[in-house]
Amino acid sequence: MVAALFTGSLVAILVTVGIVLSLVFETFRFLQIVPLTEFLFNPQWSPQTAIRTDQVGASGVFGAIPLITGTLLISAIALAVAAPIGLFSAIYLAEYANSKTRAVVKPTLELLAGIPTVVYGFFAVLIIAPLLRDGGAWAGLSVSSESALAAGLVMGIMTIPFVSSTADDALIAVPLSLKEGALALGSTRSEAIRQIIIPAALPGITGGLLLAASRAIGETMIVVMAAGLAANLTLNPLEAVTTVTVQIVTLLTGDQEFDSAKTLAAFALGLLLFIVTLILNVIAQHIVKKYREQYD
Amino acid sequence: MDCMTMTPTKPLSELPLAALQFAQQKPFVLQSTEREADMTTDSVSSRSPAPVEVTSVGRIRMQTSDLNVHYGDTQALHDISLEIPENQVTALIGPSGCGKSTYLRCLNRMNDVIDSCRVEGSVKLDDADIYGPEVDVVELRARIGMVFQKPNPFPKSIYDNVAYGPRIHGLADSREELDSIVMESLEQARLFDEVKDRLQAPGTSLSGGQQQRLCIARAIAVKPEIILMDEPCSALDPIATSGIEALIDDLKDAYTIVMVTHSMQQAARVSQRTAYFHMGQLVETGSTDKVFSDPRDPRTRDYISGRIG
Repeated sequence: MVAALFTGSLVAILVTVGIVLSLVFETFRFLQIVPLTEFLFNPQWSPQTAIRTDQVGASGVFGAIPLITGTLLISAIALAVAAPIGLFSAIYLAEYANSKTRAVVKPTLELLAGIPTVVYGFFAVLIIAPLLRDGGAWAGLSVSSESALAAGLVMGIMTIPFVSSTADDALIAVPLSLKEGALALGSTRSEAIRQIIIPAALPGITGGLLLAASRAIGETMIVVMAAGLAANLTLNPLEAVTTVTVQIVTLLTGDQEFDSAKTLAAFALGLLLFIVTLILNVIAQHIVKKYREQYD
Repeated sequence: MDCMTMTPTKPLSELPLAALQFAQQKPFVLQSTEREADMTTDSVSSRSPAPVEVTSVGRIRMQTSDLNVHYGDTQALHDISLEIPENQVTALIGPSGCGKSTYLRCLNRMNDVIDSCRVEGSVKLDDADIYGPEVDVVELRARIGMVFQKPNPFPKSIYDNVAYGPRIHGLADSREELDSIVMESLEQARLFDEVKDRLQAPGTSLSGGQQQRLCIARAIAVKPEIILMDEPCSALDPIATSGIEALIDDLKDAYTIVMVTHSMQQAARVSQRTAYFHMGQLVETGSTDKVFSDPRDPRTRDYISGRIG
């Protein structure tokens, strides 16, 4: 029995190690074809190599900067949506809602996390994107039918529960004695929340925001469907941008040679993404853990 | 002037009806300067030795009549009628779950925080019902401070802990004024000398006894008239406890204090009045000497002699 349990955990660990190693080795091979400086600093991404080596554009350009910018742009939009909505709903749930409302609203919010991302994707493409395009046309702006804004907004809605759930937990974990202490001094409820409870819960709330950010950065399906493929280096949310995850998908779908720079680039991007989200997660967990210790 | 100065040191029944009505209509609006002025006159006017009978205690600051408290379907307090005299320490004693903390929390409406809690009957501060519809609970809690069982300093600096109340109530017009309120409060709470070199250190870095004195300083800084203490020493060691007890004895000259304690020795040491609660009922009340030396009720006698609780 114990052996079976041990094997179970061993398999999980081995698979993780295997994935990381494959990323590292393939990235190493990629970097033998494309120099690291080009990958990190070249502002152009054009991996479309020709089918035959004697054609024009035989070697692609692999600068990850437009992808990173696109990823950050969309994630920033997503957080700009998820952070206020998530925090407000968490504060409402933790401090104002009665237990009946809470019992309905909290699971409903968390249901948002259970919706398949592909559903969010076609929501973005079929409803939000046309809406933005028509709205933009009405306001005299040219909004691309695939835009960072459409993808970011929908991704923001998707990440609301990550923010609200963690923030709610953090607010609930603030000892009642602190809240009562503030109220007993004649604070209004809102003063107690703003000046005592939120500052005390801030590490937990930050942890939740970082988790939401790492979720947004790693999100694929919504951006594949709604953000576009064009590797524009822009900060304009109305234009089509592409992200690291979208490019990995495009690089690896269809028939590929497994030793071309194009295919190997996907592994390098994967490793980059892995490192970024790993760092965010480590920071988030560290913050959450630190604040837990503060009260226990 | 406000309702406090309207009320002389006479029992309620002797007040002219008009004065009573006037006092009842008057909402709790107090300027801090008036409050200070009142405090000094009050502390002079009520230095009478603690008498034995309830009727001759001196000026009554708070009074509850037929107070019933329910948590959902459970009744926690049954018909509690009790008077809290000014500038004395009133100790509420009794076994765990007897309702003494619940009673204390009715006096500053802390029970409002609990959804299922229902309070019936009247709780009067001077002559105004604190559960009245026109009462601003924020103002009320500024007049009636509270110190909790477990020290609960805010996760802020020592200075900011004490400055919190004066800041939210706008008691200081300048940085210097705020500084002096903080210093005075810390001195009154007998903490200043220990922390004067590290006012910016977090309040949570202090020892348990220091934290509790910080919480007392924090309550004093708002210049309350009454301080409620919910087992203020139960989380402290004996040395810290005796420090707090000495402090409470000091404070009663300037404040009216109501203290819940599970320690009979503590009640005997620091209080002038004692109320014994048992299973949600007020069994006996009187001067501490009387209750401890000659209890009327057999339940009080059993508790005090250590046979129950």
